[in-house]
This record gives sequence, structure tokens and C-alpha cells, in this order.
Amino acid sequence: MEQEKRKAALNLSLVMGDNALILGHRLSEWCGHGPILEQDIALSNIALDLIGQARLWLSHAGKLQGGKSEDDLAYHRDVFDFHNFQMVETPNGHWGTTLLRQFVYDAWHHAMLQKLVHAQDEDFAGIARKSLKEVNYHLRWSSEWVIRLGDGTEESGAKMQEAYADVWPYVGELLQKDTWLTELEQLIPGFQADEILSLWWKTIREVFSQANLSSEPMDWLYRKGHLGHHTEHLGYILAEMQFLPRAYPDATW
Amino acid sequence: MASLETIEQALEKVKDPEIPVLTIKDLGVFRGLERGEDGSLKVVITPTYSGCPAMYTIEQQIKQVLSRLGEEAVTIETRLDPAWTTDWMTEEAKQKLQDFGIAPPEGSSADKRALFGEERQVTCPYCKSRNTFMKSQFGSTACKSLYQCKDCGEPFDYFKCL
Repeated sequence: MEQEKRKAALNLSLVMGDNALILGHRLSEWCGHGPILEQDIALSNIALDLIGQARLWLSHAGKLQGGKSEDDLAYHRDVFDFHNFQMVETPNGHWGTTLLRQFVYDAWHHAMLQKLVHAQDEDFAGIARKSLKEVNYHLRWSSEWVIRLGDGTEESGAKMQEAYADVWPYVGELLQKDTWLTELEQLIPGFQADEILSLWWKTIREVFSQANLSSEPMDWLYRKGHLGHHTEHLGYILAEMQFLPRAYPDATW
Repeated sequence: MASLETIEQALEKVKDPEIPVLTIKDLGVFRGLERGEDGSLKVVITPTYSGCPAMYTIEQQIKQVLSRLGEEAVTIETRLDPAWTTDWMTEEAKQKLQDFGIAPPEGSSADKRALFGEERQVTCPYCKSRNTFMKSQFGSTACKSLYQCKDCGEPFDYFKCL
């Protein structure tokens, strides 16, 4: 039993940590390329928050694995060992695609953290409480942008609908009640995966209706990033992110 | 061996590198000191934002200040919980921020706003007008938003409630 609990705790830390790390890395690619300075800064800020949160989760995961460091996990694992959703590794696309992906993820992240803050496990609850304060700002920002663009000009509306077609096939992974979530229900008394999904849907519907975006059910593919099944894009991210510590293992600041 | 009082006083010298008018005590980042039985010293700090790049510099500064006092066996513990909140910022600190040209956090972090609540009213640190608006949710550092005053026209940073 203890071993099962440890596995569930480790899976949670890796799913949360790897999502934050990979999405943070993706967003950082916008730095210096944003459409206007304020929004360039906004995305860089969000990227920074996510990388910070990734450090907390991965440090915890390292502890659960018997003393590995956050850097061991970030820099010395290969594609198959990453637990992030496929959605967060997809290329940024245009501004609207980045925004819509961000909003869909923020809504899930926010719902998840809202439940994790009540965990009895002090480590989980502590990281969740810290992160939730930051994610409140992320969700507000991405929601506002989805509405502004979706309900903006004819062109911006059309681009958002296009972004929806790009992002939606990846949503299934957030909604599927997978083993890591059922294990989490065992680990954290009172945690119900279904509640995360209904919170997520509530935010999505509220924002999509204000943004005049059609959210007709669209088929999504069942994807398994959290089990290590990734798209080809993750390898390129890791190649860039991991190059230095792998080529120069002794490098320090 | 320096007394804990002396050490606390010395830590007054450690400033936030991004807001050099505030010390880590003003900000509430400094949470406490503990002396171990073996004479080692533990400094407890709480990060403002989890990705705040100033934390590393702050840790280095703490070690430097303590090493001048002859304290070499120093560990710095980063405590996440309870999470840092702008409510820990002293009134004096808020005044210092205002004088520096950054609008201090208004209201309590407990004010739960709905996803699309009304914009918070923020006072311009230059002309004290309340007629201001938010230009961007995110500003020059993780802890700030960008505002502009409609009366004097100046853009300014607002330290957001957290």
C-alpha cells in the first residue's frame, strides 16, 4: 500500500511539474517576439511563474525518488520519462493559438490546484497554495484575451476559431479519468477527479460564450503524454533545453 | 558568536535587488532565525513568487552579510507554506514603495475577485489621482502590474495583491 501511495504521489508531482516546465519553456519562446511589449512581458512573466512552480514540483518528485535533484529530473530524462500532456508541447502557432492553449490549460490548472490545496499532504497543499495565487492571474489574463479576440473583429474571431481547431484535439487528455487520477483519489481523501472536470467545463463554457466561440463537441484524440507517449515536438524542446547540462555536466554559474 | 538580535539588525541591509528601497524584512520575505545546538544558524525565508529570480540574489546577500559577522555555518531554508502574501508587507514598506514610484498593494489579498471582477482602484504614486487604469496585468517583474494615470499621464508599476 505504501508503495502504491508513493507511486501516486510521484505521478502527481511529475504530471504537474513536467506540464509547468514544458509549457513554461514553450512560452519563453515568445520572449522578444510578442505582438506588443506589454504582452511580451505578460507571457514571459507567466513562463517565469511556471518554471518556478516546475522547480517546486520536480524538487518534490526528486525527494520521492530518493534524493534526486530538480535539475536531474529536468535535464537528465528522455522523452519517454516526461509526464506532461501533449497539449503543452505543441508549437506556439500564432498569438491566438498560444492564447487558446494557455486558457484551456490555465482552466485545468486552476481547477486542479483548487482541489489540491485541501490535500492533507502538507507538501502538496503547500505547493498548491503557492501556485494557485499565481495561476489566478494567469487564468484571468488568458480568459480576457480569448474573449477580446474571439469577440473582436471578423479576422480575430476567425483566427480564434482556427486556434480552437488546432488545440481541441489535444483536450481529451485533460478530461480522461485516467489511472493517475483514480490513484490520486486513493491518495488524497476527498479528491474527486470528476469535480476537476466540471470546474474546467464551467470556465470553458463561460468564457467561450462571451467570446462568441463555438464549442461544438469536436472529436479529440485520446492522447497519453502523461504516460510518456509524446509527439515529435517534445524531443526538439528537450534538445534545446538539455543541451548545456548534458554537454558540460560540470558547468556552474 | 553574534546574538540573534545583532544578526536580525544586520539582515536589515539585505534589500530586494529589484526594489532596492525595501529590505527583506519590509517585504515579509524574512520569516525567522534559528540557532542550532551546534552553533549553526538557520535563516528562514519565503519566496514572493515561485519563479522570482531575486530569491537567489537575496540568498547570496544573506550569506554575505552573515559571513561578515563571522557566521559561516549558515543554512537558508525556503519555506513555502504559509504562502507569502502582500498582507505581510509593513505599512512603512508601503509608504517606501509609494515614495519610490511604485503603487503599493491596495486592500487585502483575501478580497476574492470573481474571474472578471471590477478593476481595482489604484492611486497614482506621482499625483495621487485615483483616475488610473490597468494597462497590463503583468509588469516589469512578477510581482507588479502596469498602470497608467489618466490625470498626469504617467505610467507606473502597481505591486499586485497576492
